[in-house]
Amino acid sequence: MAEISTGQAVGAQRTAEIQDAYMAMTRTKQMYGGIMLVVFIALMVSGFMLADSRNAGGFWDGILNVFQFPGEVVAEASEKIANLPALMVQFFPSLLETINIAAASTLVGGLVAIVLSLLSTRGLARFPKAIGLFRRMMDVMRAVPEIVIALILIFILGGGPVPAMIAIAFHTAGALGKLFSEVNENADLKPVEGLSSVGANWSQRMLLGVVPQVAPNWLSYALLRFEINIRASAILGFVGSGGIGYDLKNAFSWGQGRYDEVAAIFILLFLTIVFFDQVSGHYRNKLVGKA
Amino acid sequence: MTATPDVASAAVDLRSGAADLIARKRMIAFAAPLLVLVYFGYLFFAFDIPGLVDRARMDNAAILVADSYSYKTHVTHDNRNGGLSYAVEGENKGTYPEGMYPDFVTPQGDDGVEVRLGAGEMAEIDGSTLRYLRPDYGWVTVTLEGRDIRLETPDGEVPDWISASSSRVSITGAGGRAAVTRARSEVFRYSFGWELFWFTLDSPFYGKTPGELAALALSGDRVVDGMSNLSAIVHDVWNNRMWRHKDVLWALFETLLMAFLGTMGAAIVALPLAFAAARNFNRLKSIRFAVRRVFDFVRGVDGLIWTIILSRAFGPGPMTGALAILITDTGSFGKMFSEALENVDDKQIDGVASTGAKPLQRYRFGVIPQVTPVLLSQVLYYFESNTRSATVIGAITGGGIGLLLTQAMITQKDWEEVSYYIILVVLMVISMDYLSGWLRRKLIKGE
Repeated sequence: MAEISTGQAVGAQRTAEIQDAYMAMTRTKQMYGGIMLVVFIALMVSGFMLADSRNAGGFWDGILNVFQFPGEVVAEASEKIANLPALMVQFFPSLLETINIAAASTLVGGLVAIVLSLLSTRGLARFPKAIGLFRRMMDVMRAVPEIVIALILIFILGGGPVPAMIAIAFHTAGALGKLFSEVNENADLKPVEGLSSVGANWSQRMLLGVVPQVAPNWLSYALLRFEINIRASAILGFVGSGGIGYDLKNAFSWGQGRYDEVAAIFILLFLTIVFFDQVSGHYRNKLVGKA
Repeated sequence: MTATPDVASAAVDLRSGAADLIARKRMIAFAAPLLVLVYFGYLFFAFDIPGLVDRARMDNAAILVADSYSYKTHVTHDNRNGGLSYAVEGENKGTYPEGMYPDFVTPQGDDGVEVRLGAGEMAEIDGSTLRYLRPDYGWVTVTLEGRDIRLETPDGEVPDWISASSSRVSITGAGGRAAVTRARSEVFRYSFGWELFWFTLDSPFYGKTPGELAALALSGDRVVDGMSNLSAIVHDVWNNRMWRHKDVLWALFETLLMAFLGTMGAAIVALPLAFAAARNFNRLKSIRFAVRRVFDFVRGVDGLIWTIILSRAFGPGPMTGALAILITDTGSFGKMFSEALENVDDKQIDGVASTGAKPLQRYRFGVIPQVTPVLLSQVLYYFESNTRSATVIGAITGGGIGLLLTQAMITQKDWEEVSYYIILVVLMVISMDYLSGWLRRKLIKGE
C-alpha cells in the first residue's frame, strides 16, 4: 500500500510539473504572439499613416471620390451604349496582340525555363558544379521587373509588341525555371539511369527519361503563368508597348468624351481575363489529376 | 472452354488499346512542336519582325551601354560671352567650381585650355577656335568667323567621323568628342565609372581615397564647422545632389511599404470573407455564392484597372499603390484562403468541440492552427512578388522607385542612374525572396 501511495504521489508530482511546464510554455507563446500582434498592428497603422502623408491626395478625400471616375465612365458608356459593340470590335486586334504577347512570352520563357531548370536540378544537371550559378541566374531573372526591360528595349527597338514580349519572357524564364526545377526534383531517376546504361547522352536522357514524367506539372505551371502574363502584357501596354493597354492609355488620357472607349476596353479586358482564368483552371485541374 | 476466347479478346482489346494510346502519343509528340512552330511563324509576321530589324536603333544601344558604365565631362567655351566651364555630364550640379579643374585639362591663358583625351588624342580650345588631334590623321581646326563655322583638315577633305555644316561641326574621335556651334565649342571626354557617386564637387571630401576618408573620420580636426567628420561625410553622401541617395532610398522604402501594406491589408480583409465563402463554415449557399462572385470580380478586373481607378481618386503616391495591391490581392487571397478552409480536417474541430468549446473557440483552436501555415506561406509568397509589382504600379501611379525609374528612362540619357536603380531593385527583390523563404521555413516548419 505504501509503495502504491508513494507511486501515486510521485505521479501526481510529475503531473503537476508537466502542467506547470506546459502552462509556462503556453504563457510565453501567448506573450510572443501578443508582442507580434502589437508590433504588426503598429507597423500597419504607422505604415498607412506614412503612406497617406506621402500621397498627393489624402485617404479620406480619396475614399469619397472612389466612385466618381467609374461613375463618369459608366454614365458616358450607358449614354453611348450603342457604340460599345462596334468599339469592342475595333479594339479586338489590339486585344489579340496583348494575348499574343502573353502566349509568345510564355512559350519562349517556358522553353528557356525548361533548359535552365534541368541545368539547376541536383542529379539531373549537365554541369553539377554550375548548379549554383544557374540558380542565381534565375533569381536575377525573376527579380528584374518587366517594366525595366520593356522600357530599355523600347529605347532600342522602338515601340510595339516585341519589347514587351522579350521583357515578359525574361521574367517568365526565371519564375517558371524555379517552379520547374522543384518539379524535377521529385522526378524518378530510374529511367535516367536506365537510359544512361544504354549510352544515351544528356539531352536524350532528359528528353526521354525526365520530360515524360514532369510534362503535366510543367504544363500546369505554364498555364498559370500564361494567365499572369496576360495581365502583365496589358500593364506593359499601358506603360508604352503596344496591345490593349496602349489603347486604354490613349482613351484614358483623352479624358471625358472617350470614356465609352475606356468602358469597352475595361469590358474586353475583364472578359478575356475571366475566360482564360476559367480555361486554364479547368485544364490545370485535369493535368494534375484532380476531378 | 469459355474462358479462352474471353482472355483472347481481352488481350486483343488491350493490344489495340495500347496501340491506340501509342499512336495518339506519337501524334501529340509530333503535332505539339509543329503547332508551336506554326504559331511562331504567325507571330513572325504579326509582330512584324522584319520591320523591327529596320527600326532597331543599334546606336541607341551603344549609347545606353556606354553610358551605363562611363560618364563624360564637358569642357565648354561660351562663344558669345567668352569663358570656360567644366561640368560632369554637362549638368549644373556637376559643374566644377571656380579654380578647380578636372585632372586632364591644362588651362592656357585666360580663354584657352588643353584637354587630353583617350587613345592619344587631344583637343585645344583657344578663344573661339577648337583644334582636335587624331594621331593617325593630324590636327583638325574649327574656327568660328562671324556667323560661319569653318573646318580645316590636313588633307582638305571631310572624313566620315566629322559631320560639318556652316552652323555645326561635330567630331567623333576614338577617345572623345567635340562639337562647335555658334553658341559654344565643347569637348567631351569619356571616363570609366560613376562619377560623383559619393561626393559632389562642392563637398570638401571630393577626390579623397577611402583610406584618407577613414583617417579623416577618426581624426579630431574638423573639416566642416559644427559637425564631426564622420557625420559630415555621411551628410554629404546622403545629400548628394547628383545621385540623390536620400530620395532613392526613400523611394525604395515607399515601394516596400506599398507591397507590405497592400499584401497584409488584403490578407486581413480576405480572411473573414474567406470564412463566408467556405462551404464548411457557411451553410447559406446564397451568401457563399455572392462572396465568391465578389472574389472573381475583383480578380477579373485586373490590377491595371484598379490602379487607374484609384489613381484618379487618390492622386499619385504610395497610398494609391498600396490600395491597388490591396484590392487586387483580396480576390486572390479570398479564393485561396477559402479553398484552404474547405480542406481543414474536421477531427480537430470535433475534438475541440467535445471539450465544450463555443464556436469562436472552435475556430480559434480547431481551425486557425491548421490553416495558419498554409495562409502564411501564401501571404509571404505574395509579399515577395508584390515588391516587384509595386515597382510597376509605382510607374503608373507615380510613387516609389518605379516613378524614379521611368523618369530616368524617359530622359533617355541618365542611363547610369537607370542601371543604379535597376541594381537596387534587383537587390531588393532578391533579398525579399530570401527573407520570405527564410520566414516561411522558420514559421511553418518550425526550424
